[in-house]
Amino acid sequence: MAYSDKVVDHYEHPRNVGSLPKDDPNVGTGLVGAPECGDVMRLQMKINPQTQVIEEAKFKTFGCGSAIASSSLATEWVKGKTVEEALAISNTDIVRELSLPPVKIHCSVLAEDAIKAAIEDWKKKKEADQPEATATASN
Amino acid sequence: MAIKLPIYMDYHATTPVDPRVVEAMLPYFHEKFGNAASRNHSFGWTAEEAVENARAQIARLINATPKEIIFTSGATESNNLALKGAAEMYREKGNHIITQVIEHKAVLDTCKRLEKYGYEVTYLPVAKDGRIDLDDLRRAITPKTIIISIMYANNEIGVIQPIQEIGKLAKEKGVLFHTDGVQALGKIPVDVQRDNIDMISLTAHKLYGPKGCGALYVRRRNPRVQLSAQIDGGGHERGMRSGTLNVPGIVGFGKAAELCQNEMAEESIRLRGLRDRLKDGLFAKLDELYINGSMTHRLPHNINISFAFVEGESLLMGINDVAVSSGSACTSATLEPSYVLKALGVGEDLAHTSIRFGLGRFNTQEEVDYVTNRVVEVVQRLRELSPLYEMAKEGVDLSKMNWKATAEH
Repeated sequence: MAYSDKVVDHYEHPRNVGSLPKDDPNVGTGLVGAPECGDVMRLQMKINPQTQVIEEAKFKTFGCGSAIASSSLATEWVKGKTVEEALAISNTDIVRELSLPPVKIHCSVLAEDAIKAAIEDWKKKKEADQPEATATASN
Repeated sequence: MAIKLPIYMDYHATTPVDPRVVEAMLPYFHEKFGNAASRNHSFGWTAEEAVENARAQIARLINATPKEIIFTSGATESNNLALKGAAEMYREKGNHIITQVIEHKAVLDTCKRLEKYGYEVTYLPVAKDGRIDLDDLRRAITPKTIIISIMYANNEIGVIQPIQEIGKLAKEKGVLFHTDGVQALGKIPVDVQRDNIDMISLTAHKLYGPKGCGALYVRRRNPRVQLSAQIDGGGHERGMRSGTLNVPGIVGFGKAAELCQNEMAEESIRLRGLRDRLKDGLFAKLDELYINGSMTHRLPHNINISFAFVEGESLLMGINDVAVSSGSACTSATLEPSYVLKALGVGEDLAHTSIRFGLGRFNTQEEVDYVTNRVVEVVQRLRELSPLYEMAKEGVDLSKMNWKATAEH
């Protein structure tokens, strides 16, 4: 199987590898996938509560080259975006950018899930912090 | 000494043709091109003589007689012929076949087809070490059992089955014993008399011979095994396998078998040394490695290791100047991890991280050291990237995590 140049580039030079303090109220953590399925992604973002801008993003991924590339790309894309903009990122954008073959589409889906899970986690923390302010934000 | 890249360490998949084998084959393409079945001119006689010489070389390697060697296109065909041919021939005696779960697909899928035709197949499980339990086998045999088919050694984990004991039991019970000998032939001593083997599938390309040339040993005495032909035609190969013989391929197979016969003892010691050097080198520098399958009953040139927390395909991508295989789902067409490892009870999480190293005749110590360093370097890098490794190091019990709750699929 041949990998696209962009997948190889992200695999060889993954962006934003690492961890953020998961107990920080401004950090959202998304952990998606399962070891049995061969893919686990952890995406963390530090979000400015005033501006809702994602100031920092880090990832760690257990998975194939395409999974690593998808999550690496996701951290690049969410950085500097607002929460709302980040939520608009779709897996098909990732598929297109990395030229993923059909058999690797699930990697992009997982990356999208990771973005959403991290934001969800951050929102939950905020609600816990200020229950009155975000009572209606819950779904 | 400079190392030539990429390095091939996937000798279970196939082997390069030994230059001495190529040399032996060459005259049979153009100069001595006759059809071995042409009985009325010298071109045919020359080809026939070459084929008979090869038949003897192969027979010698397994302690058989030349007439017991039936040439085929490869081991897949040999497995099909052995199982379908015997099942059809002995239908009146019974309809029960015993095999085991970690056979090659050429045996498993043939058995599945026979099930569709009304045969009953027992698939014996294997223990954690990859071997069947002889008591399981004994209990599975019924008066209707006609064939036991258990591979000599497995292609993924290199584990050698208790062949002599199986052969003895089969003989006692009057059941035919077939074995897929592809991975064992030329690597460890195979002896159809000692092992009581009635049929053994063989192929040239796993022992430094050409692709597209295989054989089935079919016992002629005590008992005389009869097979119903699966390919009809000119009645070649004692009527068991029609079709013009692949003379250059057969000559190469014979030469390859002869070389193995002469060099196997020494070569297996050298390869075991290299394999152990690779294994020890990896274990010295990496933690959380797990060997899949028995180390005691194992081909000398095989090692199969799970590199916990590092997905196999990503590891292969990192060592892209080394040719090895992975049991990871991502490397298979079905997106399922290795059924062999699963049968051993290896968890799917670890199956995804497995790499098979198959060493061979042309590997050197320098190559082994290079591969060791490359694998260590890439595993360390990918573990830095692995959330699972971090969590395991923090003491999180990954098996107790509710993964399904965090994933949408």
